Amino acid sequence: MADKIETHTLSVLVDNEPGVLARVIGLFSGRGYNIESLVVAEVDAARHLSRITLVTSGTPMVIEQIKAQLDRLVPVHTVRDLTIEGAHVARELALIKVVGSGEKRVESLRIADIFRARAVDSTIESFVFEMTGAPEKIDAFVNLMRPLGLVDVSRTGVVAITRGAKGI
Amino acid sequence: MTTATKPPATAAEMTGAEVILKALADQGVEVVFGYPGGAVLPIYDAMFKSNYVRHILVRHEQAAVHAAEGYARSTGKVGVVLVTSGPGATNAVTGLTDALMDSVPVVCLTGQVATHLIGNDAFQEADTTGITRPCTKHNYLVKDSGALAKTIHEAFHVAKSGRPGPVVIDLPKDIQLAKAPYVGPEDVEHKTYRPRRTPDPQAIEQAVEMIAKAKRPLFYCGGGVVNSGPKASELLTQFVRMTGYPVTLTLMGLGSVPASDPLFLGMVGMHGMYESNMAMHDCDLMINIGARFDDRVTGKLTEFAPHSKKIHFDIDPSSINKNVRVDLPVVGDAGEVLAALIAQWKKKKAKPDGAALAKWWDQIKKWQARDCLRYKASKTLIKPQYALERLYALTKDLDPYITTEVGQHQMWAAQFFKFEQPMHWMTSGGLGTMGYGLPAAIGAQIAHPDRLCIDVAGEASILMNIQEMSTAVQYRLPVKVFILNNQWMGMVRQWQELIHGGRYSESYTEALPDFVKLADAFGGVGFRITKPSDVDGVIKEMIKVKKPVIVDCAVDQKENCFPMIPSGAAHNDMLLGPEDQAAKPTSDEGLALV
Ligand SMILES: Cc1ncc(C[n+]2csc(CCOP(=O)(O)OP(=O)(O)O)c2C)c(N)n1
Ligand SMILES: [Mg+2]
Repeated sequence: MADKIETHTLSVLVDNEPGVLARVIGLFSGRGYNIESLVVAEVDAARHLSRITLVTSGTPMVIEQIKAQLDRLVPVHTVRDLTIEGAHVARELALIKVVGSGEKRVESLRIADIFRARAVDSTIESFVFEMTGAPEKIDAFVNLMRPLGLVDVSRTGVVAITRGAKGI
Repeated sequence: MTTATKPPATAAEMTGAEVILKALADQGVEVVFGYPGGAVLPIYDAMFKSNYVRHILVRHEQAAVHAAEGYARSTGKVGVVLVTSGPGATNAVTGLTDALMDSVPVVCLTGQVATHLIGNDAFQEADTTGITRPCTKHNYLVKDSGALAKTIHEAFHVAKSGRPGPVVIDLPKDIQLAKAPYVGPEDVEHKTYRPRRTPDPQAIEQAVEMIAKAKRPLFYCGGGVVNSGPKASELLTQFVRMTGYPVTLTLMGLGSVPASDPLFLGMVGMHGMYESNMAMHDCDLMINIGARFDDRVTGKLTEFAPHSKKIHFDIDPSSINKNVRVDLPVVGDAGEVLAALIAQWKKKKAKPDGAALAKWWDQIKKWQARDCLRYKASKTLIKPQYALERLYALTKDLDPYITTEVGQHQMWAAQFFKFEQPMHWMTSGGLGTMGYGLPAAIGAQIAHPDRLCIDVAGEASILMNIQEMSTAVQYRLPVKVFILNNQWMGMVRQWQELIHGGRYSESYTEALPDFVKLADAFGGVGFRITKPSDVDGVIKEMIKVKKPVIVDCAVDQKENCFPMIPSGAAHNDMLLGPEDQAAKPTSDEGLALV
């Protein structure tokens, strides 16, 4: 019974109506499911549709439950499990503030360059880097910044879409 | 039953309140259970001026919802509730949760403060959509009168389609007063909400193959069959008889197969029949139609039906593979599933394995011979089982509608009443709500004014909604409350005896009202029974009285409800009677379970 814990990225198309996000979040807290990240924004203004991308973890049986429970919510149109459906692109945006001077400051800039992070704000003693990428890449960058004067990190959470010509 | 005049066909200049009433009328609503207050006064005013629907004034909003549930479950229609904002809405929450757990279609209209006041802690403001989000199937806050009629029609669609459930529509007072356009139900279709009803044909083929091959099969069916409508119960009975397989039903499913059918083993679960639970434990194929592997049925999950393959038919995909992993999951409406199974069974000319089945039935007959409902009769004390046996025997030819409160009496009622048809048995299964039975009986009685409606009650539970006697008297509803009075919260006492070393903490009621006088005070009729020899006479009297009746039947205070699967135990580890109690103490694991 000791099923393995898996992490899945779900893409949920919903009516953009009041309370829909509360419904989704309430479902997760009420039933004790995990949310690792959740991103929501309107994607079709004319049809009032929003897409929620959420990353969750659990045993395969729990993941199956989560999808069935989401699908059962009245304003939910579709629930797609990108992790199961195969190739998809997952990206996250992060803003990372690093404070320091001298060698450390130069080093942070050098690493940022390697990671294709852009400095979007700078003072004599600080940088704010902006980077997009897979969450692991952002994790790696943040870890490298830690000894170089990392102060704050702000991350959006994952948005994802399937690869290839077909829509979700 | 009602004298509803049809509302005007063209309604150019209606107020929101009028739109609401017309929408209800167009949805075929005949009765609304409600309670007025400031935030719904415009609706009550519109009601005063029209007679689209009949309003039943309850005495507490919780009871309005339970009454709507009793109405819905005894008719198959949507039950409708109307309450005011704030305390009206919060009082309705228990009823809504009850309806959600037991999948009862209810539409509950709640008043709300005017839109410009929302969020200001206005008088009698509550975040009703926030509070009821987790205890409804769906809810709406109408902020635009243009959407009002559409929202109401949509709410009815959501409440009754798929797995039914309660839907709340929160109605700010200014929306009720403003002019609003009307659209009819035929013009409203939900954008996306279309639950799947028709099962996958391939899965049906596979199911029939598995069913025909089984050696120790068991049908395990529940409320989903009842909810699908009377046709589903007919089809279930037909299919069960075609196979000759044994069938057990959950608390919610009672009546979907006639109890008199020899293939019916009786109820399954914690206080279900020994033979049902043993068959469930030993079966090699479980055919679940419209039941949800509730913990009251499965007992210890790791030892649940260990040698079985399982097929699960359910209209709600989230009920499948939730507690128990099944081998063949099939989404669909119970009625459609059964029609497809029967058609496929005939097409394949399927035949059960006769020899294996005969052997299986031999085993089942041995379990049945244990006679698990037997109890020690007494000449001096009224055994609760005896009282119910007599109540059943003396009322069964009248096809009564039976509701219950929650506790031992509820389980005894489930064991001793034999239901031949669906929709005659209404009990709070999922939530286990004390106080459910009387208002539910009122709802059933409203729907079936000439029929016998009995609430089998405990003396503790009945006090939770006793005020509804007043409703019953007002509408001349001859509901019968039959109290098995043991002076204890019997079910609590039983658990304390079994699990907590007989430390009876707060489960004895030191002071109880005189129920006979209480009935009288409300304007009903009261009877008391203290001797076994008086039971029959009083029950016959009770049936004759065409008024609300309370029967206070003093029963053996020490009786426990058996058989019982103690919490945390497996199906083949039942307690059959007091003798087993000491021999099988509850595990530490079981102690933590509810
Ligand atoms: C609203 C509510 N509160 C508490 C409980 C817990 N509970 C379950 S059964 C029971 C005792 C019921 O006593 P009574 O109505 O006298 O029935 P009996 O078991 O004696 O037949 C209690 C307190 C409940 N089910 N519902
Ligand atoms: Mg009692």
